[in-house]
Amino acid sequence: MNEALTSARLAPHDRTAPTDWAAGAMRRRLRRRYAAERRFRWLGLGAFLLAAGFLVFLLATIVRDGWNSFRSTEVEVAVRLDPATLGVPPGARDPDVLARADFQAAVADSAARAGLPPFVVSDGAWLAVRDRLVRDPALLGQTVPMWLTAQSHIDLLAKGAFDLAQDPADLTVSEAEIATYRELKEAGRLRTTLNLHFLTGTDSVDPELAGIWGALKGSFLVLLVTFALSFPVGVFAAIYLEEFAPRNRLTDVIEVSINNLAAVPSIIFGLLGLAVFLNTLNMPRSAPVVGGLTLALMTLPVIVVSARAALKAVPPSIRDAALGVGASPMQVVFHHVLPLALPGVLTGTIIGLARALGETAPLLMIGMRAFITSVPQGFTDPATVLPVQIFIWSDNVQRGFVEKTSGAIIVLLLFLLLMNSVAIYLRNRLEVRW
Amino acid sequence: MPASLMLLLVGLVAAIGFWLGRQRALGFVARAGTRVGAVHSRPGQHGSFVAAMALIPALAVIIVWVIARDRVIGQAVADALAPGLLPDEPLERVAFLADAKGVARGTFAAGFSPATEQAAAIWRAVESRYSLLAGGAALSLALLGALFGLTRLAPDFRARTRVEGIVMAALVIASTIAILTTLGIFVSLIFESFRFFRMVPVTEFLFGTQWSPQIAMRADQIGQSGAFGAVPLFWGTIFIGAIIAMLVAVPLGLMTAIYLTQYAAPGFRRVAKPVLEVLAGVPTVVYGFFAALTIAPLVRDLGLWVSTWFPALDPDTVTAQSALAAGLVMGIMIIPFISSMADDALTAVPQAMRDGSLAMGATTSETITKVLIPAALPGIVGGILLAVSRAIGETMIVVMAAGLAANLTLNPFDSVTTVTVQIVKLLTGDQEFDSPKTLSAFALGLTLFLATLALNIYALSVVKRYREAYE
Repeated sequence: MNEALTSARLAPHDRTAPTDWAAGAMRRRLRRRYAAERRFRWLGLGAFLLAAGFLVFLLATIVRDGWNSFRSTEVEVAVRLDPATLGVPPGARDPDVLARADFQAAVADSAARAGLPPFVVSDGAWLAVRDRLVRDPALLGQTVPMWLTAQSHIDLLAKGAFDLAQDPADLTVSEAEIATYRELKEAGRLRTTLNLHFLTGTDSVDPELAGIWGALKGSFLVLLVTFALSFPVGVFAAIYLEEFAPRNRLTDVIEVSINNLAAVPSIIFGLLGLAVFLNTLNMPRSAPVVGGLTLALMTLPVIVVSARAALKAVPPSIRDAALGVGASPMQVVFHHVLPLALPGVLTGTIIGLARALGETAPLLMIGMRAFITSVPQGFTDPATVLPVQIFIWSDNVQRGFVEKTSGAIIVLLLFLLLMNSVAIYLRNRLEVRW
Repeated sequence: MPASLMLLLVGLVAAIGFWLGRQRALGFVARAGTRVGAVHSRPGQHGSFVAAMALIPALAVIIVWVIARDRVIGQAVADALAPGLLPDEPLERVAFLADAKGVARGTFAAGFSPATEQAAAIWRAVESRYSLLAGGAALSLALLGALFGLTRLAPDFRARTRVEGIVMAALVIASTIAILTTLGIFVSLIFESFRFFRMVPVTEFLFGTQWSPQIAMRADQIGQSGAFGAVPLFWGTIFIGAIIAMLVAVPLGLMTAIYLTQYAAPGFRRVAKPVLEVLAGVPTVVYGFFAALTIAPLVRDLGLWVSTWFPALDPDTVTAQSALAAGLVMGIMIIPFISSMADDALTAVPQAMRDGSLAMGATTSETITKVLIPAALPGIVGGILLAVSRAIGETMIVVMAAGLAANLTLNPFDSVTTVTVQIVKLLTGDQEFDSPKTLSAFALGLTLFLATLALNIYALSVVKRYREAYE
């Protein structure tokens, strides 16, 4: 400490002399304080920018990896629709007979004749050939040039997912695959198209054949059950607690339970679902109805809390006026208060459902983790949901699933964005400010 | 008769009942003329009363039927089947009956056992007979209820009071569901944990330092030497959720809240708030994927780099599934939560204290660090405790980015495992419901539930007390 500073500190004790603000010591001190102020301010801005930057980094990584899952690579193959290879009578025209022909053999045979190694054409490419022949039976016996889906490694090479300058030993793709890819590329026998199969297909062991429609429909069924249970129960509970409940032990217990449920980790709800719905009530494993029930219990506190806030915001004068013209308390609530509070209630419900849509852990507990290649047709069919599908794919060691996982995340985030936008729209447009 | 058809028919009866009741009540009104009070209730309320009388008992029957259906039919099929065909083993018997049901419904093409076909035929016959019985019962109850309701209608019948009584009962039942859920969580966790603690002593679970549940898979070792000491899991949970994540989230969240409440212009705040909301709204599975795929390799490289400078760090302990990667991402996930709690706490400090400090010549930062933060401290600490409770219950990030090795280590680059990771690993895949391996997941769940409950209750009481002090 220098002498000037010490004298500045001592100044207040000297009651007769006012502080000399123009003195060098005071100026230096002020400068230091202002510098600290600026530093603090920059620190605050930096903290926010760091958080926002992370969000941008996260989204950018996901989009960079994920948009490729909406593109697929196809390879040109002259497909010989030879009745002998297909195992059908030469003049067959009946679609049922044609649909059961051995297309796998025909595709393998055509690929071999075209000089393609077995790792080029996807194992699921025969489906496209089948659809083509069933649509146009006259093609039987001809050789048709077709663009068939390529296998995952060829697809990834075409999208530049591998750094080919790297040491070949570190690559997960073989030299033969790289050589074949280069050959095909130069011969112009590869093309990249829009991959709609990613949106319409179901889970598969081959990345190039995997799609999210099954998981998306599972999510939809689960959310439907969640909504059908948690919305009426949540709104009814909120009405009782806000409009009718006397202050007594029971209502205190209810309030405490709702507040606690809102803070219970989601995985505990999964344990509850497993112990009660599956083991005690013998409900089917992996079924949307069980998932919906479990998530409904989780969403309930969110809806109750937001519905109570919305009911509380309706001014008492509305209730007084309705009571004054002879409405019963029940009519007051259902004819006047609830309709006015509905936008707020719906906003809270949508936010609660959006959270349920992104939830994974409780659904793992009730067996929604299974490998399911069929689209669920009802509430008791085995199903999976979009976040669980993301989790399953992220666990897969095949390189091709990285972009599929990111692609599924993009779809999930778009749905969440849509739901939250609707909630914000409802809040801004329909909510009455008193 | 499928349950959906039963529901449809009962609904139809109720709708017709509503219409008839309303017509009758309209008749009362027409006869009474304009005399006020001659008819007690509105026509719609009479109709609703009839509909409720039709619906309530019939719906109860349908719900009971749907719950009991498989068990009742399964029992009947087992009784009707020739004695040799049914497997003796209880587990096989369940699987056999499930196959029979699947084949009968057409969801499976064929069952595992050749006798399935026969059982499926019996299943189909029994199901059609019983469901007709249940549907008939529901429908006749609906009709009887509607008739009963119609006979009760009269000009002075208090339909409104009755209907409102039923609605009130529904309101009360709806609000008790929260209690039932809490109770359900408690009872199921305690029940399963109790079964676990009969095989493994509580003291070993709470104080043991060895965790290797897979040893107990071998039949001769059940309850004897499978290691169920959960201390490494507790440490991993605390290390990731309460230490690393909070080291990231508390400074960043607090500084963000300070900047947004004290410095930022309103326009900036309008943009910044949604950014934080998006950060809070990203599903945890996305964070987990990001942690495992992008952050974890970076952290491992960082660890290897550090180990070349800092010899105490053994490069062999630097793993791709490090505590640091999971904790970092979890911390970022928690930032919006801490920021919003700190925001509430800071804005709750009376304006007079802030003005007083500024009037004395303190700079804004001095006011914040010397006046606002000390005044808001209980609220901020309460918020941090709530954040810790959320972090230790968080599952997906740690399942995807943290490891399975139950290590007791202080090294952030090493792999640790957490309570939630173990619950997921123990309960996915094949389960035997009597092995301590599966049951230990419930004991872990109970511990987690009690820990988060205690943290929440304490934190909320701190926050509440502090709010009362200023209001």
